[in-house]
Amino acid sequence: MSAVATVNAGPRRGWKSVSTWIGAVIVGAAMICAIAAPLLVPHDPFAQDLAKRLQVPFWMAGTDPAHLLGTDQLGRDYLSRLIWGCRISMLIGVTVTVVSGLIGITIGVLGGFFGGRIDDAVLFAITTRLSIPVVLVALAVVGLLGTSMTLLVLTLGLLLWDRFAVVARSTTMQVRNLDFVAAAWCAGCSRFRVLSREVLPNIASHLVVVATLEIALAILLEATLSFLGLGVPPPLPSWGLMIAEAKDYMFFSPWVIVIPGVALFTLVLGINLLGDGLRDLFGARTDT
Amino acid sequence: MLSFLTRRLIVALLVAATVMTLAFVLTRLSGDLATSIAGANATQADIEAIRKAYGLDRPVLTQFFDWVGRALTGDLGNSYFFQTRVSTLIAERMPVTLTLGITGLLIALFVSIPLGILAAVREGTGFDRAVQMVALLGQAMPSFWLGLLLMITFGLQLGWLPISGTGSWENFVMPGVVLAFSAIPALTRLTRAGMIQAMGSDYIRTARAKGLSRASILLKHALRNAAIPVVAIAAVQLGFMLGGSIVIEQVFALHGVGFLAWESIAKNDFPVVQAVVLVLAVIYVALTMVADLMNAVLDPRLRV
Repeated sequence: MSAVATVNAGPRRGWKSVSTWIGAVIVGAAMICAIAAPLLVPHDPFAQDLAKRLQVPFWMAGTDPAHLLGTDQLGRDYLSRLIWGCRISMLIGVTVTVVSGLIGITIGVLGGFFGGRIDDAVLFAITTRLSIPVVLVALAVVGLLGTSMTLLVLTLGLLLWDRFAVVARSTTMQVRNLDFVAAAWCAGCSRFRVLSREVLPNIASHLVVVATLEIALAILLEATLSFLGLGVPPPLPSWGLMIAEAKDYMFFSPWVIVIPGVALFTLVLGINLLGDGLRDLFGARTDT
Repeated sequence: MLSFLTRRLIVALLVAATVMTLAFVLTRLSGDLATSIAGANATQADIEAIRKAYGLDRPVLTQFFDWVGRALTGDLGNSYFFQTRVSTLIAERMPVTLTLGITGLLIALFVSIPLGILAAVREGTGFDRAVQMVALLGQAMPSFWLGLLLMITFGLQLGWLPISGTGSWENFVMPGVVLAFSAIPALTRLTRAGMIQAMGSDYIRTARAKGLSRASILLKHALRNAAIPVVAIAAVQLGFMLGGSIVIEQVFALHGVGFLAWESIAKNDFPVVQAVVLVLAVIYVALTMVADLMNAVLDPRLRV
């Protein structure tokens, strides 16, 4: 348990809750898909077969058993692209969160720990960051510098650190004044040691919860940018890009946008469910 | 109260100045603007001509202060593509975006406040859990995808609503609903949490002891206090919605500011891009200030 835990009433919380388990199963399945994608795909996700365009998925009449979820407008196997897309979503979600976490936690902990002028500067940085329209600026950066995965991750990472900073700052402020930190000071520990050995471990659980929610947010944003044509570059199968490419066919074959959309929705929901479960488990606060 | 106001105003101005610098830096990130404007087939002479014409041959700092100076007087420069003033372009497109944003916010408030109150009153019941589940589902819903699904269902299959355009109020129903979805989770949770807190407080016990009706206690006493953070967040959410409407404007082909920004990014029209970033940020800063002021007016404890 963490030092700033709040008591949770209620019968089913944390791992006792069904929704946490649903989230954990979804996230687990997505992680397996992401890591083992090259082994799991039934077909090459990039191989086009124009003779087999827009084959229908298994629940519709006239389906091809070789393509369980049908094929896209270029005849690429939809299930394979979906699995590969999961790899891309997870990769971007996690890497963006690592970048934004490093920035946000550093800023937040410094502000909360030192207070005074430094904290004023941190608060100002957070206020400024919140006033910047994320989607627009991310689009502009990618649009001006060209589409690439690295650029996308860096841009989103530089934009999404606000919640990390807010939570790291407020929890550090609470921990800073607790007795064991005072004891460490009295024992003659250096600032760095107090920060790294006393403060950070005690706010870590809160940050883990923020990280889960931020992964979900980054995945949604990546899909949005890819949908607008300025995210993951084709022919990589990002779920957002799959929806964008299939948009022209959606009125005649709605499943082409339903399948990647359901995948995206399920993954984000699963991560959020797991995050909420972890929050209840740790008694962490993530309100911003 | 006055010092509170001045402090807020100073911070707001500083934020605006920082965003202005960032917006300028943002458009200079790609390196040589003249080359990008001229396009891939331009000759060296073309590039030089463009550099002269747009004043890009001057030192960067001169360009920056020139832009800032003009922006302060409301002149945001000329669009490279449309060959008109950027301020005119934005003013033309703003009504669509504002209509969309306000429609979205009203729908969101209309849904989340009753849901939040009912969930708080029945805290811990199945209904409460269902409301929290709805909030989670809303949070996970990709807005562009929801928009497309609504288009297929209500636009094509049922034929109730138009798929694109800005001709009548009907054009704003689907985009408004999609935009509202992004704010409903936060507003519902906040209303619920505020009501639960208010219902547990002493003045509610007093009101009960006085024998007031349940409706009067809920709406007059509890909601008034629970509403303070909701009102504040609603103003902030409107700011987020104006920024987020870029996706929805693109899906529904609404020619608002977001659509303008998207077009301009595709066309390397830098003055428009940096102006839209600036305008949206300033609107957001203004809205958060309004939220802070409303908070201070509604809750005297905050005026320090």
